[in-house]
Amino acid sequence: MLAKIYITLKKDVLDPQGSVIANSLKSLGFNNIADVRQGKFIEIKLDSENKETANKQINEMCEKLLANLVIEDYKVEID
Amino acid sequence: MKSHVIVFPGSNCDRDVAVAIKNISSHQPQMVWHKETSINQSDLIVVPGGFSYGDYLRCGAMASTSPIMQDIVKKAKEGVPVLGICNGFQILIESGLLDGALMRNSSLSFICRDILIKPKNQSSVFTKNAQVAKMPIAHNEGNFFVTSEQLKKIQDNDQIAFQYCDENGNVSEHSNPNGSLENIAGILNENKNVLGMMPHPERAAELAHGCEDGKTIFESILN
Repeated sequence: MLAKIYITLKKDVLDPQGSVIANSLKSLGFNNIADVRQGKFIEIKLDSENKETANKQINEMCEKLLANLVIEDYKVEID
Repeated sequence: MKSHVIVFPGSNCDRDVAVAIKNISSHQPQMVWHKETSINQSDLIVVPGGFSYGDYLRCGAMASTSPIMQDIVKKAKEGVPVLGICNGFQILIESGLLDGALMRNSSLSFICRDILIKPKNQSSVFTKNAQVAKMPIAHNEGNFFVTSEQLKKIQDNDQIAFQYCDENGNVSEHSNPNGSLENIAGILNENKNVLGMMPHPERAAELAHGCEDGKTIFESILN
């Protein structure tokens, strides 16, 4: 099973890297950019009986280590 | 006096801390490799600065899962003084001993220079003798953040140890080097026996460093 984890800064947390990327894109002529948020993408391959068990385990991993819930949100997709 | 300095792969301020402790207390601290699972009776545990595990994932995240951390968390909860400096502060936050998060500096640059800090809490074992002090910072992720509820909690409970200030002791946007919320440079846990701070007192602890202001923090705990 393959879990895809998207970790992003919470909406109310400033993302200076995102702002700099937005400015660079604008200087390349992409003037319609409203906002850029940068995050992390993690793929985890795991052996699991079913999606439900895998989902539970991946959520636990995110809460314990992969994301810092003070500043970050995460989203999990399992294939 | 028994003190312990934890050493992770990538720690680089462990020896500086050991020298400062030796000079100030005339006791040699014991260096403890992070793979150890317990520390003997201790009067002070220092989690030093550096780049533990190459700052993988988030600064301090990997080190917070090292075997020794379980015992440090246990000892901290029993009341043993624990001091985390720079990467050590990041590790203590990641291990859940301190509130908040340390994000990338608002300037997106690594900052290495002297700054001034002012104590806010003046009653903890670490800050009881503290005054406005000069010491260096050297970090890329020192931008302290907490949610508004957590901020209220740490303010109400007098957990803000130090704030970045100017030469007159004014805490202002101008004196904030990294974008930290409320200019926070260091915080305490609820029981005030755990301190995390981004500035390096061990790098301002003898005349050869050009400044000895950092000694006060060690003297408060050690003497």
